[in-house]
Amino acid sequence: MNRTVTIEVKQLDRVVIRFAGDSGDGMQLTGDRFTAETASFGNDLSTLPNFPAEIRAPAGTLPGVSSFQLHFADHDILTPGDAPDVLIAMNPAALKANLKDVPRGATLIVDTADFTARNLKRIGYDENPLETGELDGYHVVPLNLTGMTVESVKEFGLSRKDASRAKNMYALGLVSWLFQRPVESTITFLQTKFASKPDIRDANIAAFRAGYNFGETAEEFSVRYEVKPAHMATGTYRNISGNLALAYGLVAGAQRAGLPLVLGAYPITPASDVLHELSKLKRFNVTTIQAEDEIAGVGAALGASFGGALGVTTSSGPGISLKSETIGLGVMLELPLVVCDIQRAGPSTGMPTKTEQADLLQVMFGRNGEAPLPVLAAQSPADCFAIAVEAARIAITYRTPVIVLSDGYLANGSEPWRIPVIDELPTIDPDFTVEPNATDDKGAPKYLPYLRDPETLARAWAIPGTAGLDHRIGGLEKEDKTGNISYDPANHDLMIRTRQAKVDGIAVPPVQVDDPDGAAKVLVLGWGSTYGPIGAAVRRVRKVGGKIAQAHLRHLNPFPSNLGDVLKSYDKVLVPEMNLGQLAMLLRAKYLVDVVSYAQVRGMPLGAAELAEVIGNLVEETEGIDDDARHLGAAAAAVKHGEALADQNGHLKTEGAR
Amino acid sequence: MSAVELGMPSLPNGLQGVPAATEPQNRKEYVSDQEVRWCPGCGDYAVLAAFQGFLPELGIKRENVAMVSGIGCSSRFPYYLSTYGMHSIHGRAPAIATGLATARPDLSVWVVTGDGDALSIGGNHLIHTLRRNVNMKILLFNNRIYGLTKGQYSPTSEPGKVTKSTPMGSVDNPFNPVSLALGAEATFVARTVDSDRKHLTSVLRAAAEHRGTAFVEIYQNCPIFNDNAFEAFKDPETRDDAIIPLVHGEPIRFGTDGHLGVVRDGFASLAVREVADLPGGESDLVVHDAHTDDPAYAFALSRLTDGGVLHQAPIGVFRSVERPAYDDLVRQQITTAQETQGTGDLQALVTGADTWTVN
Repeated sequence: MNRTVTIEVKQLDRVVIRFAGDSGDGMQLTGDRFTAETASFGNDLSTLPNFPAEIRAPAGTLPGVSSFQLHFADHDILTPGDAPDVLIAMNPAALKANLKDVPRGATLIVDTADFTARNLKRIGYDENPLETGELDGYHVVPLNLTGMTVESVKEFGLSRKDASRAKNMYALGLVSWLFQRPVESTITFLQTKFASKPDIRDANIAAFRAGYNFGETAEEFSVRYEVKPAHMATGTYRNISGNLALAYGLVAGAQRAGLPLVLGAYPITPASDVLHELSKLKRFNVTTIQAEDEIAGVGAALGASFGGALGVTTSSGPGISLKSETIGLGVMLELPLVVCDIQRAGPSTGMPTKTEQADLLQVMFGRNGEAPLPVLAAQSPADCFAIAVEAARIAITYRTPVIVLSDGYLANGSEPWRIPVIDELPTIDPDFTVEPNATDDKGAPKYLPYLRDPETLARAWAIPGTAGLDHRIGGLEKEDKTGNISYDPANHDLMIRTRQAKVDGIAVPPVQVDDPDGAAKVLVLGWGSTYGPIGAAVRRVRKVGGKIAQAHLRHLNPFPSNLGDVLKSYDKVLVPEMNLGQLAMLLRAKYLVDVVSYAQVRGMPLGAAELAEVIGNLVEETEGIDDDARHLGAAAAAVKHGEALADQNGHLKTEGAR
Repeated sequence: MSAVELGMPSLPNGLQGVPAATEPQNRKEYVSDQEVRWCPGCGDYAVLAAFQGFLPELGIKRENVAMVSGIGCSSRFPYYLSTYGMHSIHGRAPAIATGLATARPDLSVWVVTGDGDALSIGGNHLIHTLRRNVNMKILLFNNRIYGLTKGQYSPTSEPGKVTKSTPMGSVDNPFNPVSLALGAEATFVARTVDSDRKHLTSVLRAAAEHRGTAFVEIYQNCPIFNDNAFEAFKDPETRDDAIIPLVHGEPIRFGTDGHLGVVRDGFASLAVREVADLPGGESDLVVHDAHTDDPAYAFALSRLTDGGVLHQAPIGVFRSVERPAYDDLVRQQITTAQETQGTGDLQALVTGADTWTVN
């Protein structure tokens, strides 16, 4: 077939694309591949996988819809985008479930194969939405993707069911053509993935190529798009998800300390991928123990730490609840332990595959007695690497359990990462005690397990196998220095205050404020995965002339020492969170600052436009502008391509642990 | 999903990998400077004394012995031994010891626990440790009562037991700890009595030499809240008929003048009979084989234990079979990975296969 119209190439600076289909349609794989093609092309990008907890919900139903959103651009971007420019819907349910997020004017590429009366009725369509006019204003491209896929792979003699399974690759081929993505990596990927099943391999490659070629020849497409590579700092980059970055960071932390890594974990969404990744890394002296439950997972990790390894446990909120008592034991024993909480929407089982950051108060205070421990939070997928290295540093240096907070959005989302030079990461000194550190009444050498470093208050740590330093530790209150059991009132008070002082005194870097001309009266302060949406919202506000300062916390306990002064130097402090104001509560309690909480708990990342409106309104309110005279918020929310404003001096985008 | 051949290693002795002591040791070296704080007359004293006396004969470095305990009277045990020790939290000692034993092949790891700690709050960790066969020796002090919380019934208390929390008698059906361990396919299961130092020591020795998890139930008297629970095994008048001695390779015969014996009785079941009533006499008795691979035999033996108030129970090693230890296999996989893939280049790992460079 020869084309009768020439194809125009249109330049775009950014695109948000969403693949949606049944949970069995391979939408996550399709998204991953499009991401890999986009990353290797050199665009900046940010991704948002969104899927149900059910592995295979009934086909064709709304609860079974799985999607993958990707935002890519020729400039530095911070979020996966609020609204798709292109939606690929593989069935009627995928169209219906996603349409509300897609603004008119966007392109809808729809597989029509399943648009039968029965399927439509099942999800509440009385008539075919492709024919009723309700999609007017969208650029609708109805295609029988399934039928064309089956046709394209017929030479391989697969059943119709098996043949139609390659429809995701057909769709991927088509959009790869539409956005001029490099396709070699996907071909190589398919060759490797299906190496043991030649029929399936060849069918997927054929479908992928057929989809690409269809774009080339079909009348439906008169325009292709081009998004040029982004200008990024010099260096070598890769794309990385939060869970993978976290796994690598844990290994790096252990290696920089010269300790073996022992992970004790129980599978839980969305943390399991960290277990999967670490279990592949045995050659790095990584031991993974899939324990019988969450408690055993952290128990095994703590036991390994007692033996001189870096013990790590990974989980999500419900698992952290179960681990609380053991974490408290770690506080008492003063042993290194890294506890990763990949937060999900709660309470209870909540929404396992959806994101939230409502475990902050649990990890801060969810233990019996006064049991303080340091808390860190990653701010982007790639930052999970640096935060894991930092957690290892603090855990080993201060002999304490450390909490690392990530969440479902960071865990599964991905972004380009400037690959760090491992040899330039800081070294961590376990500083094991190998000789007696005191003398008894008669002048004989002895070992005091709770004798402390005067600077860090870290206790002297001798591990089993060290001659002459045998000792017993436990969860009962210990006597200062000796670690023997003690019920002495004054000693208990001393030990409680000492453990608190140790955590309070942990050296953490000062919080950096991005306030370009120093004229802002409002500071927006966040923590964790809201970094991207807050940054994008701040850019929008600045683009329409608003003065706004931004800061982001990666250390939540202890807070950076300059935080109080920073908070007090602004008229208003806005704290957006995916919880009901947990950081806001901590800030109010510690600094007596009347922060403004902006809380959203929908299981989804904060939207940049929505947040821009809130910020804009608060900026004008602070300037004394009346309600009805305010325009900044609405203007900021309406900014198109708001993230193009790459003028942030304080842009904290992570480039590895430095 | 698929399964691979694990390449079972040859089974070393339980203490292989633990460095040998360079000098002979004595009991005193294993006594810590801490004051022992059990109630007068507690069976724990006898076990502690036997254990302190037994450790030197293992011939391993003292600093390579690690004791891990949970919560309860018996779990104070580690404080009284001059070895490395951790008094952890209720029920979790097997989980913690799993991490320790896996990380440190050069340690002899011992878990000290009680009937509440191991079988109630920590039941899950116990069965999973046993099925994995992690290199650790678990000493379960069974006094059939909660002592530290002052006298509530435990998961091994006999039905109908009147305690502070069961004024009308306990309606719980108890665990038989040996049956439970065998149900989890533990590779070494034994039972002994606190007051019989010689037998206790012989069982500890066999446990120490076993590769994998050795589970030892110790009948231990609580003189305060459950005194004389095991009196039938201690009273010279009754003990010969109460103790069914298990000696590998010997017919199971006991009682005054050996008038009782254990015979096969129906499907996978055993029974105690008067030897005089047996048509073949002693030749009809079961000859104890602790190495029987099928746990059903040892399980049948364990069922000869009284379910209620104890009048009769087998004592000795029920089962001692070889199966690769979890931690040995875990370490072997690391070794294999390093041999086949090298020790790992972290820079190459984090860089991955798909990169692009910005100049």
